[in-house]
Amino acid sequence: MIDPRISVIHERLRNVRNIIAVSSGKGGVGKSLVASAAALTLARKGFKVALFDLDFTSPSSHIILGIDDLQPKEEKGIIPPEVHGLKYMSIVYYAGERASPLRGADISNALIELFAVTIWGDLDFLIIDMPPGISDATLDLLRFVGNIKFLIVTTPSQLAFETVRKFIELLSEIKVPVIGVIENMKMKDSTFIKQQVESKGVRFLGEIPFDPQLEESIGNVERFLATRFSKALEKIIERNLKPG
Amino acid sequence: MHEWALAEAVITTAFQIAEKENLEEIIEVNIKLGELQQVDLDIFKFALSQLKPPLLKNAKFNVTRMNAKFKCRACGHEWSFNDVAIDEDAREAIHFVPEIAHTYVKCPRCGSPDFEVLQGRGVWIDSVVGAKRDD
Ligand SMILES: Nc1ncnc2c1ncn2[C@@H]1O[C@H](COP(=O)(O)OP(=O)(O)OP(=O)(O)O)[C@@H](O)[C@H]1O
Ligand SMILES: [Mg+2]
Ligand SMILES: [Zn+2]
Repeated sequence: MIDPRISVIHERLRNVRNIIAVSSGKGGVGKSLVASAAALTLARKGFKVALFDLDFTSPSSHIILGIDDLQPKEEKGIIPPEVHGLKYMSIVYYAGERASPLRGADISNALIELFAVTIWGDLDFLIIDMPPGISDATLDLLRFVGNIKFLIVTTPSQLAFETVRKFIELLSEIKVPVIGVIENMKMKDSTFIKQQVESKGVRFLGEIPFDPQLEESIGNVERFLATRFSKALEKIIERNLKPG
Repeated sequence: MHEWALAEAVITTAFQIAEKENLEEIIEVNIKLGELQQVDLDIFKFALSQLKPPLLKNAKFNVTRMNAKFKCRACGHEWSFNDVAIDEDAREAIHFVPEIAHTYVKCPRCGSPDFEVLQGRGVWIDSVVGAKRDD
């Protein structure tokens, strides 16, 4: 038996110029916030952008974007709705606010299904909010999607970086491009992470300060984009991301 | 209507198989349709007929339906799709992403959401029959 969905995935992504997986070895480091702010910022700069939440068991980017009551259109495939200037796709359209207790094989199946039927159209950037760690989603993206670049998020903590180090080493071993590492929730001056990252031959993209105002901006896109967090990320994007 | 996207996947895969096996023409595509995904057979077949490239122009699409079967990982109970009541919204969500069954369906015996879909999830190609190029 052959799974017909796999072969159509490349067709679906044919006009997507950059696929960026926002990842980390560690949970809770700010991946969803970075992915959301990056997608919004790029969209405001005039790029065609989509955001895809691949954290199927704990989706959270819809909360950051303040989305409830949105549904994709069905038209020879699934057309992700546009919100805040970007196309947005998430399992919450189907699971709602209920828990989705999915095992690895289920996660792979759902991922393949959504990549096989979602019609993205023409995109400069498809930003993916990844679940933590070297997960099923990571391995499936590498296997079925290809042509992916990883944007890695860490915190200043040695504990976070230890997992990130393994993640970077794995990606470079299998020759997957890493755009670079962002150090989030920076609280005091230290070049520890920067040095560590550069010693691995990976670009250190910049740092984002710990921002006590961030939490109350969640759900309100204008306020979110005005935070020190989003401003710092915008600078990092301007310095580092060139479409092409 | 996302039956069209699934039909396109079938056509693309059949086409790739034909190229790989150096087939001159595809005569038959045998497809299994799982009950869980609730694919609309008429739309699906219509989409297949509209999407087929010249290599598949005479192809016959044989679609076999497969009942969905579930097995609970907690208590071992096995059941089928019709044994559980699922409302319209849930059916619709499961139609798009069959794994969403885990969000709505529980084991009818012990209530666990930790079950396995033994068969009948979605669309599979069973086999592709074609005529070889004679070179
Ligand atoms: N720069 C920052 N300043 C203050 N708080 C932050 C900052 N970055 C992230 N946070 C907080 O950290 C928490 C985790 O953020 P987020 O959900 O984006 O992380 P994540 O890596 O996506 O987590 P998960 O691994 O669960 O997906 C949030 O509560 C967020 O408010
Ligand atoms: Mg997250
Ligand atoms: Zn049970």
